[in-house]
Amino acid sequence: MTTILTESDEFTVEATNGLWLAAADSARVTGWTLKPEGMCRDDQCVPLPSTAVRAGRVDVEAFWRRLGNPVLCADDRQTWVVGTGADDRNAGLAGLMAPDFSLRDQSGTPRTLSDLRGKKVLLVTWATW
Amino acid sequence: MVVAVAEDSRGESHVRPWVEQAKAEYWCLIDPDHRVASLYGMSNVPRAVWIDEDGRIVRPPETAGSTDHFRNMDPVTLTMTPADQAARDAGKAFYVDAVKQWVTTGRHALDPSAAREKLPRITAEIALAHAHFRLGVWLRQHGAIEEGSRHLAEASRLHPESWNMWRQSADLEAVGRAAGPGFWARVQALGDKPYHQPPDLPGFPTT
Repeated sequence: MTTILTESDEFTVEATNGLWLAAADSARVTGWTLKPEGMCRDDQCVPLPSTAVRAGRVDVEAFWRRLGNPVLCADDRQTWVVGTGADDRNAGLAGLMAPDFSLRDQSGTPRTLSDLRGKKVLLVTWATW
Repeated sequence: MVVAVAEDSRGESHVRPWVEQAKAEYWCLIDPDHRVASLYGMSNVPRAVWIDEDGRIVRPPETAGSTDHFRNMDPVTLTMTPADQAARDAGKAFYVDAVKQWVTTGRHALDPSAAREKLPRITAEIALAHAHFRLGVWLRQHGAIEEGSRHLAEASRLHPESWNMWRQSADLEAVGRAAGPGFWARVQALGDKPYHQPPDLPGFPTT
């Protein structure tokens, strides 16, 4: 099995020949769904080169690179990062809606930023190092 | 509401003593992958973002009142002069007061066009750096220390302005190394450039 790390998740999937995934897995990992016109998310579709789709499986590495997003793997090609690209990141910030996230507190309780709607929030980072 | 996020790849057990000492009633979250820094384009700590009741950013990431007075520290004793210490405290106090003004009167919130202008610009290199950082932290967590360190070094190479990436990597090599000679050499190499860009608040004490 192959581990795929996205910004906020970790998936364990069956990948072949690099990062070829079953269409259902590629949708789960990337948020883009395989359709006859290409890979689609909301009302947007990106055509896939014919070399990147075969027998219901998608070459996610090729697709992700086509979007201009970072994709890289460990030496053993068993762990991959499917990262967020600069365009998506800048577009998200430009709308000024605070990017949402969930993280655990020191007791292990998951906390989600958007649950604080209705309150002013001072989001502040720090570190022990 | 304060949401304090620890950008700490050593994780919960390492962060806990600090959190307990703070006796905080606000959220203290732990972010081993530095996801918040990636999402908001932050490259150092402490950084703060002001978010209004509708979830909108009204002040993009900025230094949360810290100043550069630490750069005048005595390199041997690691102490500051009383004047520098006072100036540093004044910066922090000013920032906290600005936050309180925002909460009670709305002052210092930026309108959308001014906020947009202050947003960080994420480059392809920075986006790739965050991917290497994510893989590097994961590999180290899973025992592949040397390979993980290689990805962390690549992250710093791609995003040299990120003190978060460089210092976290140094800390993972050995606790304390993030504030060791390598750190001070990098600070010195800044020359006239700020380590902490002062927040753009009218009257913020910079001297």
